[in-house]
Amino acid sequence: MSFATEVIISVLLIIGGVFVLIGSIGLSRLQDLYTRLHAPTKATTVGLGSILVASMIYMAYVRDFLSINELLITLFLVITAPVTAHILAKAAMHNGVKPMERTKNADLIKKARQQLPPDSQMEE
Amino acid sequence: MLTRILPMPLHSFMLLIIWLMINSTMSLGHIILGTVLGIVIPLLCQPLRVPQPHVRRPIKAAKYVLLVLKDVFVANIEVALLVMGPMRNIKPGFIAVPLDLRDTFPITVLASTVTMTPGTVSSEVSSDKKWLYVHVLNMPDNEQELIDLIKQRYERRVKEMFEC
Amino acid sequence: MLDISIIIVGIMLCTALMLNLWRLLTGPHIVDRILALDTMYINSIALILLYGMYNRTGLYFEAALLIAMLGFVSSVAFAKYLLRGDIIE
Repeated sequence: MSFATEVIISVLLIIGGVFVLIGSIGLSRLQDLYTRLHAPTKATTVGLGSILVASMIYMAYVRDFLSINELLITLFLVITAPVTAHILAKAAMHNGVKPMERTKNADLIKKARQQLPPDSQMEE
Repeated sequence: MLTRILPMPLHSFMLLIIWLMINSTMSLGHIILGTVLGIVIPLLCQPLRVPQPHVRRPIKAAKYVLLVLKDVFVANIEVALLVMGPMRNIKPGFIAVPLDLRDTFPITVLASTVTMTPGTVSSEVSSDKKWLYVHVLNMPDNEQELIDLIKQRYERRVKEMFEC
Repeated sequence: MLDISIIIVGIMLCTALMLNLWRLLTGPHIVDRILALDTMYINSIALILLYGMYNRTGLYFEAALLIAMLGFVSSVAFAKYLLRGDIIE
């Protein structure tokens, strides 16, 4: 394996590792559930994607043939990550998780909870 | 006759391709097995289908995917900087985006892209499918700007793609 | 050089997994715990792929694909259970 490919694979791996780590730091550092949803869904998708590309290049060199399984995993994650985030946000709203105090328009949660449009009247 | 054996020809073809990709091979046995699966699975799944609009313009769809990929990279760097910076800089908020799309599949595509792109997570759709509730990680002072960005940048393109 | 960077990234991923575990144990709400579990699935896929690179074998891709699918389905099932428990009022 030439030096250039080693450098490319190492850089991709380090980028991936940094993004996955930042996603997890965000998960433990942010203050309420709704902001916490942002970090893992975005950062880990790109982080894992670049680790998968690195692994694909590496396997192409080691075993002399291009394996496409990694692309399938990436595609699957890109499709499923937003769905998980959406359904978790929905579950949080329906369970009445409180957002942090300086959240703007926090009263929209009450309407979203019952799937009403924002301009409708709430009957108590 | 052909439509009775192959109710969803595109799906059958995709199943064959994905079967070959999972096994990463091109041998005859796997091609035959993949073809059989590609015929049988759509036949079993056909009663479960809900009619949805199809992608009418594949070139626009490809351009949209490229645009979203670019935005995903920008989104990641923005979110990473916000997460590593001081917590008092984060000003979260909720917005309600009015939808022009009417069918479930285009709304799903739009909601998924909103989740993948800069600092926004779609969290609920109202039951009449006219409003999308979005949680924003870093709210600009003018909410209308962000709503216009989502509508101009993503919803217009999704609409063109499905031609509805 | 590649071996060193694989080890460095492995340490990063293990730190990330420990942070997720901390959130899983302390998470104030049950939804936090589900989110932590989901992130742990994704991080362990990355760790398995890295282990495959370390051992120079492609055997682990199937395992990674299986974890990706099972992780998604189980997170959605947990969330759906929470949703239905509350919707029936």
